Amino acid sequence: MSKLPPGLSSKDFQGAIKQFEAAIGKEWVFTSDEDVALYRDSYSVFLGEPEEIMASAAVAPDTVEQVQRVMKIANTFKVPMFPISTGKNLGYGGSAPNLSGSVVLDLKRMNRVLEVDDKRHFALVEPGVSYFDLYRYVQERGLKVLLDLPDPGWGSPVGNSLDHGVGYSTGEMRDHIGSHCGMEVVLPNGELIRTGMGAAPNAKTWQDYRYGAGPYVDGMFSQSNFGVVTKMGFWLNPLPDAYLMGTVTVPKHQDMIPLVDILNYLENSGITNGMPQLGSPVYGRQFAPPDPELGAMIAKPGGATPAELEEYAARKGRGYWSCGLQFYGPEKVIAAQWEYAREKFSSIPGAKFEEGPSYKFPLTPEQIEKSHKVTVGVPDLSIFAIGARSPFNPNPSHGHVWFSPIVPRTGQAILDAQRVFTDASRETGLPLLAGPAPLPATYYKRAFIFIFGIMVSTDLAVNKKNRDAFRNVIKIAAEKGFVEYRTPPAFQDDVIATYSFNNHSLLRFHETIKDAIDPNGILAAGRYGIWPKAMRAKRA
Amino acid sequence: MGTSMQRAALVGLVAFASAALGQNPTDAQLKKGREVYQNWCWNCHGSGAGKPGSEALRAKYKDARPADLEQRTDLAPVVIKTFVRKGVSIMPIFRKTEISDSDLDALAAYLTQNTKAKSAN
Repeated sequence: MSKLPPGLSSKDFQGAIKQFEAAIGKEWVFTSDEDVALYRDSYSVFLGEPEEIMASAAVAPDTVEQVQRVMKIANTFKVPMFPISTGKNLGYGGSAPNLSGSVVLDLKRMNRVLEVDDKRHFALVEPGVSYFDLYRYVQERGLKVLLDLPDPGWGSPVGNSLDHGVGYSTGEMRDHIGSHCGMEVVLPNGELIRTGMGAAPNAKTWQDYRYGAGPYVDGMFSQSNFGVVTKMGFWLNPLPDAYLMGTVTVPKHQDMIPLVDILNYLENSGITNGMPQLGSPVYGRQFAPPDPELGAMIAKPGGATPAELEEYAARKGRGYWSCGLQFYGPEKVIAAQWEYAREKFSSIPGAKFEEGPSYKFPLTPEQIEKSHKVTVGVPDLSIFAIGARSPFNPNPSHGHVWFSPIVPRTGQAILDAQRVFTDASRETGLPLLAGPAPLPATYYKRAFIFIFGIMVSTDLAVNKKNRDAFRNVIKIAAEKGFVEYRTPPAFQDDVIATYSFNNHSLLRFHETIKDAIDPNGILAAGRYGIWPKAMRAKRA
Repeated sequence: MGTSMQRAALVGLVAFASAALGQNPTDAQLKKGREVYQNWCWNCHGSGAGKPGSEALRAKYKDARPADLEQRTDLAPVVIKTFVRKGVSIMPIFRKTEISDSDLDALAAYLTQNTKAKSAN
């Protein structure tokens, strides 16, 4: 057996394991070193070091009742448990717990799509359902819905939304926790609750109206350790008639400011409904080496000036910034929306427009093959090109962690963030992989998210240096107002420390809830900085 | 570092795998293996655009070996199983709740069905 949970005797742990086996079947309780090693975080920043977080065992129930039994046994023996859905939260912790010695509660076997309604446009799923599974279910039945998908498709709607994941389609559905409707949760003591209308036994609106009556508690179960979510409803896009992408390019560095102002007006008015995609065509293709002239400009001390880049962009006919707009809806309607968007952007001198691609739903296999799949509702793994071996990257990484700050939706904030993160990277030595002019990678309807990949190395000294630098950049960015929304376990205490208003009163509120509903502190100790009382005292 | 040593050992496995290819797989096992491949592997290792696993193998082997795993004739079951259970580069570990041991046997049978005994070493 790999290791013991902290504070537990071998006898008690063996007793718990025996009861787990009786509750869910011996086959689904994993205790051998070989099996427990499968729960390592494949992208751990401590990979191969003594500090790497390792589970003590894993249990894989198949039903809600089995989850309840497991939690009751865990309470009896005070075994720390850590639930995972599909365990593919790669770059943010994977399938490993926050606390070494925890038993992973692997919910992958609970992989039933319980309902998809293409008249009211919702799904009800278990945590082990991946986006690939849900897509297959929809396709096999010819249901008229468009899934909103994150990268990669191995993730689960439940797990992704509980970690505040974001997708690629319409503004409302991209916010995965914001577009969920109704939860079923096993509390740390094993009691089962349903939220919203699910608490009213005869209501037929669990996936239609999310608030019910009384406090709205669903958010408590995201990025927390207050319960094990065993079912979750999600609103879905109706399958649209058509899709269109239109791109505007603008010639000047400062054009970013009106570009974002107009984008916000269009998106917040519902004139464009797909995910925008800001780009910097002046730099050429991302992750590819720039041409020698541009490379020399970027490499000189202080980098290229905006004036130099504007001149270079004009000469190459590239434009300085670009903004892709995506439209979903009836063909005539989205054509009119794109026409109106062009009118608005034409107020920026030198703005140019390009149209396409455009599709009618359902797409043909050939169109899907050529498309950016996740924007047309097809789950995909192409995101793994980041860090993989390629002609541009002969030395592949061993995974990555993400640094993901929230940035206000203004052009000036983007320009400020570019300066802050470029300076922070230079100051700390943290290689923030996002090209010479980082831009939002993910778009909440009302906020930008920059996402920087930091590669995991086989050189342990590099990983240590990057961990220290990562922590420094968290602080530097927070001082400038750019605070992370999501982070791997190694940095969750650091990020939560930046949410410090009124002497960390929000964290203290979370701890008060934790102590009340999980007095034994057995569930996901340490997740997003929420530690059980006994461990909190030791960490202070 | 255990993991990097294991990964280094894998390089040796690819070059020198001499494990027995096992008994001839049944049609049912090959069918199951293809299903596992389609569910778990194809989106990264298949043919066509946007398959980073195939791109990585193309960059690694150039024209010496096919980038698409289904086209390979030199794979041994132990290689498939080790990569699935240990991961390599950005390919993560797969747990038994994702790909069971029997599914992994079927996958290995499917991806080694074209392997010639001579080239599996």
